[in-house]
Amino acid sequence: MSKTSSGTLYRGHEGMWSWVGHRVTGVVIFLYLLVHVLDTAMVRVDAGAYDAIISTYQTPWMALGETGLVAAILFHAFNGLRLILVDFWKQGTKYQRQMLWGVLILWVIVFAGFAIRHLSIAFGSH
Amino acid sequence: MSTELPEPPSKIELKPGVGGGGEVPSFDITLRVRRYLPEATADAYWEDFKLTMYGTDRVLDALHKVKWDHDGTLSFRRSCAHGVCGSDAMRINGRNRLACKTLLKDLDTSKPITVEAIKGLPLEKDLIVDMEPFFQSYREIMPFLISKGHEPTKERYQSAEDRERFDDTTKCILCAACTSSCPVFWTDGQYFGPAAIVNAHRFIFDSRDDAGDMRLEILNDKEGVWRCRTTFNCSEACPRGIQVTKAIAEVKQAILARTV
Repeated sequence: MSKTSSGTLYRGHEGMWSWVGHRVTGVVIFLYLLVHVLDTAMVRVDAGAYDAIISTYQTPWMALGETGLVAAILFHAFNGLRLILVDFWKQGTKYQRQMLWGVLILWVIVFAGFAIRHLSIAFGSH
Repeated sequence: MSTELPEPPSKIELKPGVGGGGEVPSFDITLRVRRYLPEATADAYWEDFKLTMYGTDRVLDALHKVKWDHDGTLSFRRSCAHGVCGSDAMRINGRNRLACKTLLKDLDTSKPITVEAIKGLPLEKDLIVDMEPFFQSYREIMPFLISKGHEPTKERYQSAEDRERFDDTTKCILCAACTSSCPVFWTDGQYFGPAAIVNAHRFIFDSRDDAGDMRLEILNDKEGVWRCRTTFNCSEACPRGIQVTKAIAEVKQAILARTV
């Protein structure tokens, strides 16, 4: 199948790419939660190791990672509300495209607010 | 005795410029077809055909031209060639379309026009796929009237409003453009797919039918309507303009409400 059916990428519209974005951000959030559950569980195993791991959250790389994580969570959350409306609001399928633009605008505004505050704390002179 | 007059010629020669119909503009295109010949090669490959086509031609006419004048081994399905039979669904420039309803002049003719088989169904040759998994799902939702009680002596009455309720989903021609545009169906062949749900919708919301609950139960399966991720590829691909994702959403709501 794979060697015979591969051709061009299917050129879907907004709906398909929002689905791709939802899937990718979902996987990112899942992987983060997996690691995060493991690192907080370390407190029951070895308090010293726990402190060492948590201190890595103070590094600039982690600050950038957290920015990306919040971007993923915000998109997943807002688009998730859109998907609920598509499924259960009578006009949802008709206005799915407009709702996606709403999601993206809301996402930019809320993310910009977070990024300014978060990055100024992480990289500011404290 | 009258002399027998020769029959006047039926074809009348017009002087150039008479008639005012105007010349149909012609243009050159490159048709890039995804070929797969299982007897000859193991892998699929792209083949380009340079053709001179006219403003009234469709992608199907270009395929005909290739098959009739250039390479007779090119294989594709078509029957009515007028958007009714649903045989010639294929991926044209990366989107599922009927070749007989896509005019070449509406595409970007400065670049090669890519034509591929629809995705997600087993490829058999060139543009031909095995449609059996698609029809299997269609059969499973029981696409026929099921009624309880006595057979009426006259026709089964239905109000115009009740008929309107499922009008959109009666338009399906089973071309598989929707099902093979669905990213879920590409990776999960067990999923019923949009077309089967559309045809279930046509009977679920028919006031004369009594097996709505049975069909809802079939589609409440984990490979049923809940696999739908609302990518809207199906609604966009449907050559009949059926609001496929809307129909699926209505079936989802009906399963939860069971108000049919």
